[in-house]
Amino acid sequence: MKQLSVFLENREGRLEEALRILKEKNINIISMSVADTAEYGMLRLIVNDVEAGREALLNDGFSAHLSDVIAVRLPHVVGSLHDALSALSRAGINVEYLYALCTKTDEAAIVIKPSDREGAAKALTEAGFKFFTDGDLF
Amino acid sequence: MIWNESKECMSRDELMNLQSKRLVKTVDRVYHNVEYYRKKMQNVGIEPGDIRGIEDIHKLPYTTKDDLRDTYPFGLFATPMSEIVRVHASSGTTGKATVVGYTRRDIDIWAECVARAMTMAGVGRGDVVQVAYGYGLFTGGLGAHYGAEHLGATVVPQSTGNTKKLITMMIDFGVTAIACTPSYLLHIAETLENENLLGQIKLKSAVCGAEPWTEAMRLQIEDRLKIKAHDIYGLSEIMGPGVACDCEFHQGLHIAEDHFYPEIIDPETLEPLDAHQPGELVFTTLTKEGLPLLRYRTKDLTSISYDKCECGRTSARISRFKGRSDDMLIIRGVNVFPSQIEAALLEMSGTTPHYMMIVDRVNNLDTLEVQVEVEERFFSDEIRELENLTKQIARTIQMAIGLAVKVKLVEPKTLERFEGKSKHVIDNRKFL
Repeated sequence: MKQLSVFLENREGRLEEALRILKEKNINIISMSVADTAEYGMLRLIVNDVEAGREALLNDGFSAHLSDVIAVRLPHVVGSLHDALSALSRAGINVEYLYALCTKTDEAAIVIKPSDREGAAKALTEAGFKFFTDGDLF
Repeated sequence: MIWNESKECMSRDELMNLQSKRLVKTVDRVYHNVEYYRKKMQNVGIEPGDIRGIEDIHKLPYTTKDDLRDTYPFGLFATPMSEIVRVHASSGTTGKATVVGYTRRDIDIWAECVARAMTMAGVGRGDVVQVAYGYGLFTGGLGAHYGAEHLGATVVPQSTGNTKKLITMMIDFGVTAIACTPSYLLHIAETLENENLLGQIKLKSAVCGAEPWTEAMRLQIEDRLKIKAHDIYGLSEIMGPGVACDCEFHQGLHIAEDHFYPEIIDPETLEPLDAHQPGELVFTTLTKEGLPLLRYRTKDLTSISYDKCECGRTSARISRFKGRSDDMLIIRGVNVFPSQIEAALLEMSGTTPHYMMIVDRVNNLDTLEVQVEVEERFFSDEIRELENLTKQIARTIQMAIGLAVKVKLVEPKTLERFEGKSKHVIDNRKFL
């Protein structure tokens, strides 16, 4: 799954401005997370049209980028997130970041950026996990 | 007090005779010993015989930092390496350092010049001098050190870095004079005030240099520390600190004119200018053996006065510096060119991203922040990667300029752009 990543300087109105551009292009945000440091933030978005979103942001002077992430389906039971991470950990794969993904189904889901995407997909599949693709969400 | 009255107070006529003799010898030596200079002189159709006195100096070609770069490292040395007893180096305009070499006699003359300067600042035998310039390739530390020793003072080779330790020694050793950058001295003053230790110091004078400062700053140092503060000037290409210094009347800096012949030129037309007219300072070394330089363009903007000073010295005086005719910055006493930052960024990333240098002074210490626009090719959605990038940029720049920098990533197209020549420096320090 493609994620739209946006570099934001830590100043008033930058997040608002990025979101305004997406709104004007009629781009729907499914999920998001913001990582913050003292000087800048990284806005990570799952949207219905990443290409259009990226182009709109680039045109307005933002640094925007598409990254590959995986969206893992998680049953609503105790320990399912742990089991997924345990599969990654056993395979020696590091998690760069993760956040919750909003879905229309009654399953839970997370977006993961693993250190090794293919290895992560394999380890999770072997552990019985399934994935969302773009089409499942919008 | 005057250290060397026979030289510092000689009549202008006598001085001109001495300068003439020494110039003729210098020109003869560089022509015969330095191929680069011989060619440079041949290019303008000059032979040593054409220089019969100081009045002929304007016939000689100029020397710039580029000449030193082109002959890196030792190409302009006029003696065999076996005669060179020391080298120093400072920043060049691009990656390469400017290397200077000294014979034993050069080192002695340098010490003599620094001794003259320190005497102007009221320092002498019996004083305890703390040298708080950096020791090493930079000329400040060792230059002041040898001068103070030559003077017969007790030298504490403190170097820079640990202000608390410096203050402890200043108190315990009964330090009476200090040599350091003016901004560092203000930082020391502030620390002394905060720790309530002002009453315990015996400091009476300071010889400050290696960076531009204002008369207001000088008076502030004098007032806060209850000492006398003097301005010492120099540049490694010519010698190091001690080329000029101001006496107790503070009416400009007395040049050690029997060793360094000053001219002021128009930096655009390169025509010599008269006394009191502001322009670029140019020096010809008159006694240097290791690295004699003809008409070296310092890029420092000032003016010269030949009026007799109340102190009795007859030497020409340069006024406080009014800036630079190039884009060199002096940050914590270190020469920094924007082109060095550019070269470092280029080396790291293949092409130069948009960047801006922000120079400021926080608690009397200079700070350098380099803002770099996050372009597509630097982009990562991982904070760890961005932080690695920041560190890598900082390391590369630090290796290039020898100064710690703070690197800040900014959004693309947020740094100001200028038509034609882009501006890469915002200097928020107040000097002038």
